[in-house]
Amino acid sequence: MADARYRPGDRVRVRKAAPLGHVRTPFYIRGYTGVVERVCGAFPNPEELAQQRDGLPAQPLYRVRFRQKDVWPGYRGNPADVLELEVFQHWLESS
Amino acid sequence: MIERGHHDMGGLKAGKVKRGEHAYDEWELRVDAMMMLLIGVTGGNKRMTVDELRKNVEALPPADYDTMGYYDRWVISLTQTMIQRGVITTDELARKLAEVEKRGRR
Amino acid sequence: MKDLGAYRPLDYFQLMEVSLRELLVEKGVVTEDAIAAAMATMRARGPERGAAMAARAWLDPAYKARMLANGSQAAEELGFEVPGLRLIVVENTPQAHNVIVCTLCSCYPRMLLGLPPEWYKSRPYRSRVVREPRKVLAEFGTRIPAKMQIRVHDSNADMRYMVLPMRPAGTSGWSAERLAALVTRDCLIGVAVPKIPKTPKTRKS
Repeated sequence: MADARYRPGDRVRVRKAAPLGHVRTPFYIRGYTGVVERVCGAFPNPEELAQQRDGLPAQPLYRVRFRQKDVWPGYRGNPADVLELEVFQHWLESS
Repeated sequence: MIERGHHDMGGLKAGKVKRGEHAYDEWELRVDAMMMLLIGVTGGNKRMTVDELRKNVEALPPADYDTMGYYDRWVISLTQTMIQRGVITTDELARKLAEVEKRGRR
Repeated sequence: MKDLGAYRPLDYFQLMEVSLRELLVEKGVVTEDAIAAAMATMRARGPERGAAMAARAWLDPAYKARMLANGSQAAEELGFEVPGLRLIVVENTPQAHNVIVCTLCSCYPRMLLGLPPEWYKSRPYRSRVVREPRKVLAEFGTRIPAKMQIRVHDSNADMRYMVLPMRPAGTSGWSAERLAALVTRDCLIGVAVPKIPKTPKTRKS
């Protein structure tokens, strides 16, 4: 299992990349910065599992919280509104 | 654009949500059951991962992705996966499809 | 419209299901009995299991704390087998309302709640609820005040989510069963909130 590099409260940025294959990091969140809400654990990499490989070593998976107004131009809602999703460690950088 | 998967739709514009309920046909529930068995969740013979199912659904042509029903997409994806995994061959599938069609699809 | 000869697209997929199933049975990969059993197991799952958990959480603060810490274990505590489910329960409060989506496909806590509704898997819901949750919720008849925070959870990887709704006012003394009946599937997804059914007006004497 790869070591967990981030902890709850850390500011992290989702890498902006557009690879091919099966990816579980949604396009809409790439390039944005949020805060780690929790470490979910480590799981085999779905990008590799989709290609009939074992996806090991398991990769740390984080729930990351983003402010809606940071993600969507012209977001019209409560400035406190958030969007929370899971991002694998290899898609994250420190911010 | 090819850089963004057609399935990767979060944040895109779309119409109103249609709220009707869907009564599942038996064949759809059988597809669901086969998926559960093949990915090995409920004591089946694990032959694939759910990630392969997703990958093959994502690989459907966009127009088909949009017009096919949910279990239409799953049955195509499951069958593709079984071919990719070598559990069945394309020729076996062709012959079986013809046989079932001739027999009257039951 | 493509000329597909004797095929019409709807029938092709059902043809595929029969063919795939027969090939897999012939090769000993699955059995008809196993398919039937898996279907029966799925039918036995439904939102009433999540509703039971919610009602118990409303009545038992210690259970609620355990449920918020580990949703899967809390389900198992009530006797619900949820193999492979990693459940996170998110709590609605007077300050915050939660709503669940899977933008990439249709991930849903199936092992607990059964099959998701058709709209949950549709393009309009998957595209729009991450970006304009209040507007989408309004289409369900659910109005979240501007001063409340909305938390949208995209279940895009290995975790699955369920909303613990707020217990409605006017339910003190209610049994677990009566409370659970207020919690619909849509409340557990977050597009609705529990409502006490209107009682018929009493006749004026």
